[in-house]
Amino acid sequence: MPSLKDLQNRITSVKSTQKITKAMQMVASAKLRKAQEKAEASRPYAKRMNHVLKSLAQSYAGRDDAPVLLGGNGKDKVHLLVVATADRGLCGGFNSSIARFARDHANELLAQGKTVKIITIGKKGNDILRRLFKENIVEAISLREVKNIHYSNAAEIGEKILAMFENEEFDVATLFYSQFKSIISQIPTAHQLIPAQVEADESDKDEQVLNYDYEPNESDILKEFLPRNINVQIFSALLENGAGEMGAKMSAMDNASRNAGDMIDRLTLSFNRQRQAQITKELIEIISGAEALK
Amino acid sequence: MSEAIKVEIVSPEHLVFSGAVKSVSVPGVEGYFTVMGTHAPLMSILKPGFVSVESEKEATSFYVGGGFADVSDSGVTILAEEAKTASDFEPSQIDDAIKQAEGLLAGAETPEAKNSAQALLDGWKNLALEVKD
Repeated sequence: MPSLKDLQNRITSVKSTQKITKAMQMVASAKLRKAQEKAEASRPYAKRMNHVLKSLAQSYAGRDDAPVLLGGNGKDKVHLLVVATADRGLCGGFNSSIARFARDHANELLAQGKTVKIITIGKKGNDILRRLFKENIVEAISLREVKNIHYSNAAEIGEKILAMFENEEFDVATLFYSQFKSIISQIPTAHQLIPAQVEADESDKDEQVLNYDYEPNESDILKEFLPRNINVQIFSALLENGAGEMGAKMSAMDNASRNAGDMIDRLTLSFNRQRQAQITKELIEIISGAEALK
Repeated sequence: MSEAIKVEIVSPEHLVFSGAVKSVSVPGVEGYFTVMGTHAPLMSILKPGFVSVESEKEATSFYVGGGFADVSDSGVTILAEEAKTASDFEPSQIDDAIKQAEGLLAGAETPEAKNSAQALLDGWKNLALEVKD
């Protein structure tokens, strides 16, 4: 049975933990709003990019002279997994769910006898994946120092990946990140970067293919366009991740604050019980002492 | 009078401009071109330069650091690597850019290079005027 003093100490310590988690929750919710705005602001660009890519891809459909970034280099041996996670923990299952998703994918590829290379963006994903695939990780990128993610951060990563592709270090690249659905739901997603994957968009299904004029010409545009498309994909993945991380952190910290509250209630109850028991005991002692003196 | 044309200028970070205007001129890689309503579908690479959007009342120009222009039935979409309006620049930055453009113009040898340098210089000067207003 812990003494009154011990209980008191535990209550104070849980209370201060609760203060911290509450503060973190508030910080996360403020940051979430900003991150969400940014993610939403970047969507029009990504959507238009995809639209342009689709019309370009359509004009190349069925032809075998498509650029390697669109049609692939014909091989399917070495896979590059780009795993984007957060740099900080304390956000529930956010990082581990992305890492788990990527891990399953990697194991599947390894079982098929393919070579797997991994680039991690964010410290936490690296921590988890390093335990399992130490030899496979070719590079670990950390954006810890970056406060606001800009397009240039994504472009840097995109260029690294492209340089690797040009050196024929891999054949297929896939990006792993978490899609931000809502504060309580982030969905780990895989998106193929190279060869470029055209997303089917429900809204413009019945749109007819336009006969575009190209300036200077189709292949030059594609040459410019495809690398940029990769950068944009990475950029929007990073922003989605940013919003997702904050959302996950908010709900994790909300849970933590609530748990701390429950714990304080329980501890206070047993503290009071014990205090009352002690008072009763003291009273009995005094009364029986007085009885004896009569 | 020609039909109005819908223009959207988007950078990776946000939607910079959206609206229906009379005409828009764009720094295509093979020279500036102007798009008005019911233009044939066109896709072009952009070089760094100025997109100017002209409506009935006023003209606004945006600096774009390269990108793509997509002209289709639904309007013009400019996918810019970076897109800035006059208010995004410090006056000193514009002065520097004007000096740089003047240097470019002085060093230009072919008529095409001269033209594009002149266009760049004019664009920056316009922007400088907008800032002063």
